[in-house]
Amino acid sequence: MRERSTRAATLLVAINPLHATLGIAAFWLAIGAAGLAAPGSLRLASRVLFPASAVAGLLLAATALSGIFQPPTALVLPLGLPDLPFHARLDALSAFFLFLLGGVAAGVSVFAAGYLRQGEGTPPGLQCLYYHVFLASMALVLIADDAYFFMVAWESMALASFFLVTSDHRLPEIRRAGYLYLLIAHLGAIAILLCFGALQGGSGDYTFQGMRAMSHSSGWATLAFMLALVGFGAKAGILPLHVWLPEAHPAAPSPVSALMSGVMLKTAMYGLLRVSLDLLGVTVWWWGVIALALGLATALFGVVFAATQSDMKRLLAYSSIENMGLIMAGFGLTLLFRSFGMGTLAALALTATLYHCLNHAYFKSLLFLATGSVLHSTRQRSLGRLGGLIHRMPWVAWTALVGTIAIAGLPPLNGFVSEWLLLQAFLFTPGLPHAYLNMLVPVAAAAIALAAALAGYVMVKFYGVVFLGQPREATLAEAHDAGAWERIGLAWLAAACVVLGLVPAAVIGMLDPVTRMLTGFRIANLSHGWLFLAPIDPQRASYSPLLFFVITALLVAAAWVTVRLFYHGRVRRAAAWDCGFPYLNARMQDTAEGFGQPVRQVFEPFFRVEQHLPSPLDATPRYREDAQDRLWYWLYLPVARGVERVTGLVTVLQRGRISIYLLYSFLTLLVLLFLVR
Amino acid sequence: MISLSGVAAQFTEVMLAVLLAPLLTGWVNQCRAWLQNRSGAGVLQPYRMLGKLFQKEVVLAHNASPLFRIAPYLIFGCLALAAAIVPTLDIDLPLNAAADAIALVGLLALARMFIALAGMDVGTAFGSLGARREMMVGFLAEPALLMVLFTASLISNSTSLSTIVETLAHKAFAIYPSMAFAGVAFTMVSLAENARIPVDNPATHLELTMIHEAMVLEYSGRHLAMIEWAASLKLFVYSCMGLALFFPLGVARGGDWLGILFALPALAAKLAVGGFGLALIEIMSAKMRIFRAPEFLGTAFLLAVLAMLVHVLLEA
Repeated sequence: MRERSTRAATLLVAINPLHATLGIAAFWLAIGAAGLAAPGSLRLASRVLFPASAVAGLLLAATALSGIFQPPTALVLPLGLPDLPFHARLDALSAFFLFLLGGVAAGVSVFAAGYLRQGEGTPPGLQCLYYHVFLASMALVLIADDAYFFMVAWESMALASFFLVTSDHRLPEIRRAGYLYLLIAHLGAIAILLCFGALQGGSGDYTFQGMRAMSHSSGWATLAFMLALVGFGAKAGILPLHVWLPEAHPAAPSPVSALMSGVMLKTAMYGLLRVSLDLLGVTVWWWGVIALALGLATALFGVVFAATQSDMKRLLAYSSIENMGLIMAGFGLTLLFRSFGMGTLAALALTATLYHCLNHAYFKSLLFLATGSVLHSTRQRSLGRLGGLIHRMPWVAWTALVGTIAIAGLPPLNGFVSEWLLLQAFLFTPGLPHAYLNMLVPVAAAAIALAAALAGYVMVKFYGVVFLGQPREATLAEAHDAGAWERIGLAWLAAACVVLGLVPAAVIGMLDPVTRMLTGFRIANLSHGWLFLAPIDPQRASYSPLLFFVITALLVAAAWVTVRLFYHGRVRRAAAWDCGFPYLNARMQDTAEGFGQPVRQVFEPFFRVEQHLPSPLDATPRYREDAQDRLWYWLYLPVARGVERVTGLVTVLQRGRISIYLLYSFLTLLVLLFLVR
Repeated sequence: MISLSGVAAQFTEVMLAVLLAPLLTGWVNQCRAWLQNRSGAGVLQPYRMLGKLFQKEVVLAHNASPLFRIAPYLIFGCLALAAAIVPTLDIDLPLNAAADAIALVGLLALARMFIALAGMDVGTAFGSLGARREMMVGFLAEPALLMVLFTASLISNSTSLSTIVETLAHKAFAIYPSMAFAGVAFTMVSLAENARIPVDNPATHLELTMIHEAMVLEYSGRHLAMIEWAASLKLFVYSCMGLALFFPLGVARGGDWLGILFALPALAAKLAVGGFGLALIEIMSAKMRIFRAPEFLGTAFLLAVLAMLVHVLLEA
């Protein structure tokens, strides 16, 4: 048995991970095409295609894991334009993100097998096509090794996800969300294209190999970095290009929301890391400051807005913005350390960044899938119409509790580990050879701490309002728990959150080749045993989640056993006491708006609040309060108005009379003749 | 690195903390009574109350979920572990390597999250009101606490609590101006976190002003006993954390039983003085309106950030 497993392992290593990845991407595309064969057949999609895709996801995770520890492999594909073939390459960075993609896709696809329904917008076969094109293009983005291939994959990813977002295209707000998403995705794509233009530096060589070999002047390098920041930042939902995210992610079906938040946002992070740490040879210190400041602003903005949402999927979307902000802050810190030549610390900050990418992928997918189950079971997505689902949907509720604790950044689960690493990285910054930066760091650490604490608030709101309390609608009594496929998907992701939280030393060992590749350094103290996490040295800081978990469990068990041993276990059920008030009903609980009210009050300047309060004489009083994003009014609407004004000028030419158009043609011909002569 | 005597010392410390925590609560209440010219119920009153609650049967609301029933034990377990992490008697305890200052803050936040979720579980107006207010106090107090601990970790170049206390207690006897700011911030945070006047009143059941009590209204019997015991433990943990950071004299180092024997009366004396100080603060201030709490805690947060800045500017 053991022999067979080692043989399987050697076989796995023997397969070139790049070939395997390409094979799996092709397999996903084939599954998508197969879905098209019978677009209306739910049985085919949910019983055959999606489970097969989940298996492919697992295989991808396994090959990527072996790929992390292998030297880079490159390949020129016989695809693309004549004389312009696609280049593919798989190194530790790509392999890490492929590992993330495969693991999450496995869980989400299994869930989707049970989630698909007939008659919800796009037919199942067509959804299967978009979904698998989306998966395959994400895999291809991660292995692309020239600008051309990268952009083709990047755009297929954007388009596939656009069609997935607009699955329910009969609703006008979903069409609007899709349009906004497409618009900002393309703004970002233009910036990325220009970034590659700046990177090739006039050589005309658009392969990443050529860009790596170029030595960029600091002006061109800065331009390329800024364009990458705009382009990939637009995809990652970084301020101020975040507005599409809370519209598009909730509009999509839940498995797609999970993939978009969990994986697609990480491909943006992959692009940023690839450009700034791999393709660009130089790093300027103030790039790091900009990324750090943007990240912190995004994190605080996201979490404050998440706290005031009353739609459960929008709440999670804003929370994604927050998490991307934290990841961006970690990335900024990496750049800062790297530019000052503090390699070990750069490795630490990068480890925290990558670890958080992995964690966010799992817990956010888990929570989005849980909202999907709730949505299907209750037909409600507004927090104000949910409640008490822990009784009707225990599976979903308990797995969501794991996700809730993880995303709130609480020990012993995975969210805490990456926050811990990030804060450790911040605590080292006073060593920077720059007086002002040293002063700014405490403020940055304080902002991280505040964002993390607010995340706890947001998640208590989410979990408490959806799963606890009394049902706020009578129809919730008919809610049913998730089906078998959905349960497998939820359990897989929840288990990943637990494992990533309990064995951080193993995960960091996996991240080690990536940090060595990108920063040239590794965390100082990697080999401090599997039990303890001590990134620099155990005197400085150490944390052992497994020990932590075991001791807490022991203490809880000891308390329970002792109480049971010495006292009785009598329980009587009665009506809730509520200070003796007998007319308790579900409407007396906090609504989502009520629970968010303290945050709205404390962070009032963040919001643009519109209030409509009735007069005291009103017979049918109506209260309305709307807390909106100020940036929408400060940035987007003026830009939109400006564009409209410019296009208005064009209408001067447009007279609607054929004689005038003929005159234009005549004049153009005259001018051309004059020029050509 | 994990020795048998270390484990024994650790075990002793946790047991002492768990058993003696209600005594500290009783002492604070007694001091309050004396300062208010009442005779008071005696320092053992919390034990009597716990005994009474354990005897009583549990009355559960019809729609209380399993989460509601396990939360008291979870909260108790979290705070008992917190008591084990904070170096109260001895510096070099085995669990200090398992969790550092950041993990301690995380542990306290975990306990807070469970108590807030339990408060929302039955679905009464008071429960969710209390949960909301508790989480509000939490999101303002937690970063401030973290900043206080960061100031101490920057001084000692470590986030491990034992190294922090070791540095502050035994090494270069220096005066740190940053710790003065941090001390004020820490006091404010501890008042808020332990549901004390001026943020909350542990003795009130006046509906509109309560925070902590509102969340636990639906608990009864042994569950309430566990919650009350956990609250005592929390006060004990915060007191010990404050003493360890700002008055670390007399703490033993390295599993030395004689040292622990000497550390015990020192700790008791310090806790007695600290408890009296807490009672003094409580009777001298009035409870704030809940809307003023963000200002109070915002001040604590700013003071803690200032402490860090002062450290970077003056002491680094």
